[in-house]
Amino acid sequence: MTLDAKIPEGPLEKKWSRYKDHAKLVNPANRKKLSIIIVGTGLAGASAAASMAEQGYQVQSFCFQDSARRAHSVAAQGGVNAAKNYHNDGDSVYRMFYDTLKGGDFRSREANVYRLAECSLNLIDQAVAQGVPFAREYGGYLSNRSFGGVQVSRTFYARGQTGQQLLLGAYQSLMRQVSLGKVHLYSRYEMLDLVLADGKAKGIIARNLDTGVLERFAADAVVIATGGFGKIYYLSTLAMGCNGSAIWRAHRRGALMASPSWTQIHPTCLPQSGSYQSKLTLMSESLRNDGRIWVPKLENETREPNLIPEQERDYYLERRYPSFGNLAPRDISSRAAKERIDAGFGVGPQKNAVYLDFSKAINEQGKDKITEKYGNLFSMYKKITADDAYQIPMKISPAAHFSMGGLWVDYELMTTIRGLFAIGEANFADHGANRLGANSLLQACVDGYFILPYTLANYLSGELKSAKVGIDSPVFEEAERDVRNRIDRLVHIKGSQTADFFHKELGKLLYDKCGLSRTAAGLQEAIDGIANLKSAFYRDLLIPGEAGDMNAELEKAGRVADYLEIASLMCFDALKRNESCGAHFREEYQTPDGEALRDDENFCYVSAWEWPGDDKEPILHPEHLEFEFIKLSVRSYS
Amino acid sequence: MKVHLKIWRQKDAASKGRLVDYDLDQVDTHMSFLEMIDTLNEKLVLKGEVPVEFDHDCREGICGMCAMTINGEVNGPVAGLTVCQLHMREFKDNSTIYIEPFRANAFPLKRDLKVDRSAFDRIIQAGGYISASTGQPTEANTILISHDQAESAFDSAACIGCGACVATCKNSSAALFTSAKISHLAKVPQGREEAQKRVLKMVAQMDAEGFGHCSNTEACEARCPQGISVLNIAQMNWEYNKALVLR
Repeated sequence: MTLDAKIPEGPLEKKWSRYKDHAKLVNPANRKKLSIIIVGTGLAGASAAASMAEQGYQVQSFCFQDSARRAHSVAAQGGVNAAKNYHNDGDSVYRMFYDTLKGGDFRSREANVYRLAECSLNLIDQAVAQGVPFAREYGGYLSNRSFGGVQVSRTFYARGQTGQQLLLGAYQSLMRQVSLGKVHLYSRYEMLDLVLADGKAKGIIARNLDTGVLERFAADAVVIATGGFGKIYYLSTLAMGCNGSAIWRAHRRGALMASPSWTQIHPTCLPQSGSYQSKLTLMSESLRNDGRIWVPKLENETREPNLIPEQERDYYLERRYPSFGNLAPRDISSRAAKERIDAGFGVGPQKNAVYLDFSKAINEQGKDKITEKYGNLFSMYKKITADDAYQIPMKISPAAHFSMGGLWVDYELMTTIRGLFAIGEANFADHGANRLGANSLLQACVDGYFILPYTLANYLSGELKSAKVGIDSPVFEEAERDVRNRIDRLVHIKGSQTADFFHKELGKLLYDKCGLSRTAAGLQEAIDGIANLKSAFYRDLLIPGEAGDMNAELEKAGRVADYLEIASLMCFDALKRNESCGAHFREEYQTPDGEALRDDENFCYVSAWEWPGDDKEPILHPEHLEFEFIKLSVRSYS
Repeated sequence: MKVHLKIWRQKDAASKGRLVDYDLDQVDTHMSFLEMIDTLNEKLVLKGEVPVEFDHDCREGICGMCAMTINGEVNGPVAGLTVCQLHMREFKDNSTIYIEPFRANAFPLKRDLKVDRSAFDRIIQAGGYISASTGQPTEANTILISHDQAESAFDSAACIGCGACVATCKNSSAALFTSAKISHLAKVPQGREEAQKRVLKMVAQMDAEGFGHCSNTEACEARCPQGISVLNIAQMNWEYNKALVLR
């Protein structure tokens, strides 16, 4: 298999318009004859479903939550980037393109990243038209702030709830299409398999989570917009239901997975306090605009933070990365925190955190200004920890957050299965080995609002004459039987441990061996450990209740079963990449001062993996990255 | 710490429900309330019993999915929280805790603590949007909105759709939820174009779903996890009357 990214010819800034000029179209009268399944109703899924329905296609939209409005995009706090240059501070599409490419440690496609920056301009217009209440200046113009890894202010925000507001904009557009009968929305449904006919994606098998009944859905194309799989670490910033099952099922049916080990560990989350803990809450990166990160200079410091004098504090980000300081990119900030914590300078009862201190900002700007910018974050912090961050510094620590890896897609966002598209965090496309803050909301929106409507139409134009595959056809029968067998197998184990038990074990193993830093020996151990855990899972899992009924434990078990396989591929991916880049830090490959050491000679590619069948070694198909327009450089933030 | 739980168990809307007793010890004060239920469920599963079904997802107070009544109070003893933000440090050792689903005719019970809040989606479908199709909009900064107006629109838009307002209201009114969306979209110039049609359709849908009327007790604002103000209801009434007059 040779991977063709299908990048249009021509200069960087003309590629996307050239594509749009030549993409095939579907006549408005024919659009209602074509149907699309979109799985997931986050920013990518909802924006795609609304945009496609507005054009006249028949859309079936699925989410596992009880309402489309609850998809996890809702939890994104800080903001969304756009190269509007409203602040006259030197921003441009090219600058944003370069920042994003550099932020990703030069492991993404030039053409994709440029398009992301280019479409960012329209996104802000779109969101404002939908009524998204972005922050404004006193003259009524849109306001911006700065995020990690950049030196301009290009982040648009709605207090600390930007994801919620953007999602509600997309959700409302989706609801409008539902009321017009253009979208059929299936909430509380989970996709459990992909159905192929003649090698093309033609439908899905989904389980009604309220009744346990398996149902079949047919369409002319399938779009996966199910987000990332960071919940694989169990403790993460993701929602409890976030999962990798849709993408994994697609992978097992033939879609390649790209660089699955590239996971962003977010530097500013609340530290773990006990074994019962179910999630690590994120505190927005925007806090690093005004908060200063430090640890005591003294090992085993016992004084309260406010009693430690200035000269005995180590502002380690400002020390190591003077030009970016507290706004160094996420991978670098997380690793720097881990370095200090591992060296014995961690704070808090478990010595697993660092301080994020607002006293200087409050002195300089006043408490009211800080409240206006971050009020909801401070109150969230207090609700969870009972501490008042206006009085004493927050305690933060790194946690699994975002999957840069995902289904491999070409420039059209189509996977290696014809007619199967992946958008938003579910694909790997734009962030390289590390995502910059406020680029995830952007990518999800741009994929759904602005890219898919062209590329999917281009594909669908060829499907008008294809025979429809009905849900009674053998391919659906067979796929449903596979799903049923899988579920029966899980339910009949009747062992002695819960799905959560295995998930927590897997999470610990993965965080230690395939988290912030990795070694060949550790990854090999992890691969063996995961194999053992997988056999224990199939020997000793206990699911109460029945398959044909509402059953939260069965839902969890199905997701953990897939996580066990994804985890193994992640470790394999990390093991075979003998370099450090972005969030992928292999201890064997670092500079003398502990920074990531990239190997452009041998690893300037995205690793796309083919499913080899159970218990076999995955097959690598490298997509070599060509840099035509920029020069690869060492990613320095000092 | 130790807690004595009395949890509402009910197989489906047609079955009879009842409170079932569970004792749970070794509860950590730092646990969230939902983590306490996780711990109980883990124990139930290991004993071969069917765990308690409850709604939850983000566990950081923003998705609006978790919802239950604790000791007769919506989302528990601390006003302004979702259940996932409630921690066990708010309860005394050895206390008895009653846990029940949200109760409202328009939120039919699904199982145990889970209820069906799809009525909220249908209220939004009736008009809780601005009809701006992808690709149509003009440059963002051509629409000026004053700082204070934008902040005020945000305050209304912050609603998470959890239904605490309905569950706490003695009339099971959805006035706060519905008015928050009506006000958000009425406060920004982009939303004015459809304001009249929107308010009439959304209010009609709210009534059709079987929610009760608002009698201005303001209990909704007092319990709302996002602190949505009852002034939104006043604005809804103003918009509604204006629309009737102008119709």
